[in-house]
Amino acid sequence: MIRIENLSYVYQPGMPGEYRALSDINLVIPNGSLTAVIGHTGSGKSTLMQQLNGLLQPTSGKIFIDDEDITSKSADIAKIRRKVGLVFQYPEHQLFEETVYQDIAFGPKNMGLSDEEIERRVIYAASLTGIDKKYFEKSPFELSGGQKRRAAIAGILAMEPSVLVMDEPTAGLDPGGRDDILNIIKNLHKKQKEMIIIFVSHSMEEVAETAENIVVMHDGRIDMSGTAADIFRKRGRLLQIGLDIPQITKLADKLRNGGYNLPEEIYTVKAAVEAITKLSRSLPLQAEDII
Amino acid sequence: MFKNILIGQYFPSKSPIHRLDARIKIIMMMAYIILVFNADKPVSLIMIAVYTLTIVIVSNIPLKLILKGFIPVIWIFIFTSIVNIFSVSGETLLSFKLFRWTLKITKEGILKSVFINTRLLLLLTGTSLLTLTTQPLMLTDGIEQLLKPLRKIKVPVHEIAMMMTIAIRFIPTLAEEAEKIKNAQLARGADFESGNIIKRAKSMLPLLVPLFISAFRRADELSTAMEARCYNGGENRTRMKQMHITLYDISAIIVFAVCSLFLLISEFVIEF
Repeated sequence: MIRIENLSYVYQPGMPGEYRALSDINLVIPNGSLTAVIGHTGSGKSTLMQQLNGLLQPTSGKIFIDDEDITSKSADIAKIRRKVGLVFQYPEHQLFEETVYQDIAFGPKNMGLSDEEIERRVIYAASLTGIDKKYFEKSPFELSGGQKRRAAIAGILAMEPSVLVMDEPTAGLDPGGRDDILNIIKNLHKKQKEMIIIFVSHSMEEVAETAENIVVMHDGRIDMSGTAADIFRKRGRLLQIGLDIPQITKLADKLRNGGYNLPEEIYTVKAAVEAITKLSRSLPLQAEDII
Repeated sequence: MFKNILIGQYFPSKSPIHRLDARIKIIMMMAYIILVFNADKPVSLIMIAVYTLTIVIVSNIPLKLILKGFIPVIWIFIFTSIVNIFSVSGETLLSFKLFRWTLKITKEGILKSVFINTRLLLLLTGTSLLTLTTQPLMLTDGIEQLLKPLRKIKVPVHEIAMMMTIAIRFIPTLAEEAEKIKNAQLARGADFESGNIIKRAKSMLPLLVPLFISAFRRADELSTAMEARCYNGGENRTRMKQMHITLYDISAIIVFAVCSLFLLISEFVIEF
């Protein structure tokens, strides 16, 4: 469980460029949950993510992971970083080894594991991220963009963290690559029952499709948090802080305003298809009517 | 690790030093370097230090910023000190045995290392003052103007200046990138700080390889972007901002000349 208490963070305190990135963050994330953090550029998402594995130390406030205070001076940073896997934006930029295998093995190697254990972990992490064994001996720079990203994520997963934090894992990918990453996240959530997964995203569709819990950040504060249904119900507030709602929700809203009896909680295409199919059975509805 | 690199950084202000013509500043900088290397008496170094400090104050640059710039080169200071303290012969203050060698600390050695470090410090402050008070673009424009005569012997002056502009422009970008990659590798348990020197050099690989790749990627993107805007070198290229020598520049030259003269005279007169 992650517990964040009254956390604030100021960049360059006391300098001319002083900038308050986070103020008074309080958040509890239970084990085995899948949480999305959304917000504008500059809303403090990335800053918050970097606090979670001790790369940044909060200006004030505390973070507990499994009741251990990771912000205290006596905290073992190396241990925290093993526990909290952090996937940065564009993680493929950190690839450096000669082969894909060696690159995935870099993290476990730094943990001082035996060769057999490293191999087991590399194979496991590669299977989780859908990297075929035939790529193991290739250079990571020969992979495609999406594959590179998955290899980089595998490098973090091979450390078998109990918390996985991903900063905009789908940024800059084509739709296919994006779906791959989202499926990896969903799969991990299904397979690793105790793992806490947190990911940052800009896309409402992604968040609605994937996450159980959503944290909305605005101006360095948590504006609201809750399940997808809780968040998207407050459409007015989302639009007010310059965020959007999923396009399919907009479509469903339009249909409802046009007199079709659709439920308000339509956030994914799948839900929309189900609701419309159900409706079309009860009404003599023509496809042209919807359009 | 990379945040403190001062060379190539610009500190915006409207001080008189900032307003000087880049060409004048470059020439004075070269004269300054010659003065520092020529100074072989403590009194002249002290005088140069006073001059430098005055310029720092006039230029509005926080002293803290300059001091921070010394942090990355602190090893050079330590290294030169150690080499000088032990290698210069003279009046022995302390001698001890280390394995097979007898090491001697001499009075001359200590003086020499203080002297050389002061020199280094002054050089570093002076040169970073140039970049801190001059916009990189102005600086390379100045260099281009100064080297213009070389065009007669087919030296690609404009191209060299453009390369310098780009290099300077990308120092902060690459530093930022290095910081990001460093953090990413730290998150994977990389250890940049412990171990012996060979192990530490090896541990830089996870940082250097991605950094090189990103530098090449950036270079590629930049050249495409330049090509797309029909950039084709210095031939017939005019500038939007012409450089002018103003009254400021002339007075700066006079002040500099007077100070230098004073320095040279005092070197002859004062006997320490």
